[in-house]
Amino acid sequence: MIKLINVSKEYARGGAALERVTFEIRKGEFCFLTGHSGAGKSTIMRLIHMADRPTSGEVRVAGFRSTTIQPREIAMLRRKIGYVFQDFRLLPDRSTAANVAFALEVTGARPAVIRSKVGRLLAQVGLAAKAEALPAELSGGEQQRVAVARALVNDPLVLLADEPTGNLDERATWGIFDLFREINMAGTAVLFATHNLDLVRRNSGTRVIELDHGSIVFDSAEAGAA
Amino acid sequence: MPYVFREALRAFHRAPLLAGLSAGMIALSLFLVGLFGLAAYNIKRVLERIEARVEVVAYIRDGAWPESINEARRQIAEFPEVREVAYISKEAALLKARRELPEFESLFGDLDSNPLPASLEVMLKPNQRGTEAVASVADRIRQYDFVDDVRYGGEWLDKVYLLRRVAATATLILGAAFAIVASLIIGAAIRMAIYARRDEIAIMRLVGATENFVRQPFLVEGVMTGVIGGVLALSVTWLAFIIVSRSVFKLEWLPVSWTGAGVAAGAFVGVVASAIAVRRHLREV
Repeated sequence: MIKLINVSKEYARGGAALERVTFEIRKGEFCFLTGHSGAGKSTIMRLIHMADRPTSGEVRVAGFRSTTIQPREIAMLRRKIGYVFQDFRLLPDRSTAANVAFALEVTGARPAVIRSKVGRLLAQVGLAAKAEALPAELSGGEQQRVAVARALVNDPLVLLADEPTGNLDERATWGIFDLFREINMAGTAVLFATHNLDLVRRNSGTRVIELDHGSIVFDSAEAGAA
Repeated sequence: MPYVFREALRAFHRAPLLAGLSAGMIALSLFLVGLFGLAAYNIKRVLERIEARVEVVAYIRDGAWPESINEARRQIAEFPEVREVAYISKEAALLKARRELPEFESLFGDLDSNPLPASLEVMLKPNQRGTEAVASVADRIRQYDFVDDVRYGGEWLDKVYLLRRVAATATLILGAAFAIVASLIIGAAIRMAIYARRDEIAIMRLVGATENFVRQPFLVEGVMTGVIGGVLALSVTWLAFIIVSRSVFKLEWLPVSWTGAGVAAGAFVGVVASAIAVRRHLREV
């Protein structure tokens, strides 16, 4: 479903961010993406999201290819990819429900459908009672739950999580992680970028891809096959 | 309410001063267009009334043969520009003068003989009343040897046509100049709006909004600004019309098609200025 084939990425001023990265994420898979700051985790997320193009190689996501995808197709693809950030990226002047609904409005969904889906998702992430609250009135963990609900609203094939627990305390971290596990068990693939090794260690059966200075130094899927 | 209108209204709510300035600039440009348009329209109406009365008068020398006059009358009636030819005898001319100029009744009463000449009054067809057509008919009538003089008020007619052209040209030039200024201000307002909403735009793109979807609220905002400016301009032009009509001279108000075109012009300036600004600045966020 997601395939990076010999992908390298160089920035004009920043130098090489990725070097000949190849891996595949299958449907319904949960995979940690680990590495130090600047290892290339966010770059991989941006390439999968088609926010950027590789300097060489190819990224394939849900049948689209980075070498041939058109601007309108990128918008359609992104509706199938949920994206959660470390800094939540909610709209500060809209309520919890409006923030989640926003992702459905761009698809032209009918108001009745929007209301129903938003209600269901807020219940799923445990925020049904805070539908009218503004982001500033929520805790960090709650804001991240809203971001997760927004990422799920279009029934994505994959959830990209770029350090989603980076700004959270330990309790909130585990709460969010458990939420991601639940979502994955329901069938959505998850690519979870983190440098929280405690999370990784306590989930030893889960696939791990480790990056170091833009290259894959370890992939538990290949190590296990070997 | 559809998303696109909700977002456009939200923009007005977020930056009312900027929205007011943009609408104000469109209103100012359209108000000037409206003033000159009002002048041009009223000149046009005066011209229409004058043209309906445009006639060529050929004064006939005393002693001309009636047969010659009749033959000439028949020929002139066949000119393509001519609708009707009427013969006014010397006696009829004197009666007409006494009727139209009662203040000179004592003068008419002292006359030993009738000094007024007979004439042929030539009425032209409605689409043949321009200065060239009128001059052409007058020149042909002058060729008849019994015609003493031909009059058609050419000089002042030319002046009124010139005035109308000047008013129309001034309307266009001033209107265009102010529309450009209004567009620049709207462009700056849209740029600021895009910058102020850059986080929102980033999230829209993140969740799969097409570029058209991102653009639409800004375009609707441009149209709404233009319509508000157009309606404002119409109201102030109406006020000017009332003031001038009551204190200087009576004017005719513009027809609905002209006022509708004015508001539509406001919407057009608004949407074009927004489209250009969005195309340039959306790439930057």
